[in-house]
Amino acid sequence: MKVLITDMDLDPGKEVNKYEKEALKAGKFGGVVTFVGTMRDFNDGQNVKAMHLDYYPGMTERHIEKVCQEAMDEWDIIDTLVVHRVGEMVPTDPIVLVAVWSAHRKDSFDACRYIINYLKESAPFWKCEITTEGEKHWVEHNSEDPGVAKRVLKKTA
Amino acid sequence: MDIKVRYFASLRDRMGRSEDQVSFDKDAVTVADVWNQLSGEPIPESILVAVNMEYTDSSHKLKSGDEVAFFPPVTGG
Repeated sequence: MKVLITDMDLDPGKEVNKYEKEALKAGKFGGVVTFVGTMRDFNDGQNVKAMHLDYYPGMTERHIEKVCQEAMDEWDIIDTLVVHRVGEMVPTDPIVLVAVWSAHRKDSFDACRYIINYLKESAPFWKCEITTEGEKHWVEHNSEDPGVAKRVLKKTA
Repeated sequence: MDIKVRYFASLRDRMGRSEDQVSFDKDAVTVADVWNQLSGEPIPESILVAVNMEYTDSSHKLKSGDEVAFFPPVTGG
């Protein structure tokens, strides 16, 4: 299990191959399911030129590790890798990679969905967008799941 | 009792700083007491709270040396 927060460019394919060579035994896994989140050039009807992503060093890593461990406990999976960008980025840049290895595909699909959903709902990251007009503002909530952080908070407290 | 306080994202901008250090003479101090002492207001419903990097709520009782973080809803991924 590996969680990496980085301010460098993220190359998802390279990260998956590298981790597979480092940490997994060839022939023991039947597949890897990956989710890659990329930066859009629009949000809430505004054109976005760039973005800054802030995080809570220490807590962010620890929280994602906890979510991955929950997935390891719940499904029959072999290993997980999460890489998340922070700092400055521009549209089309990959923001997050979630990769899950398992012997059979169903478990890795389910675990991958679980990890990305809970990461988005509860991992301490904050997006600050810069619009094409040069206006800077903090994103109040992820567009598809407004207000869920409180629900997760209650569950984890 | 000494408490370290950290703010993130829009809350850091609103407070105009990223950290505070607060001291209390009494022993029974909650996260809500810390927020109240620093802002003079009740803690807003939308703010998330962590103590020593674990999510908790504003009724959490603190001990000396704890790190309390206040931040807005998260927007990663």
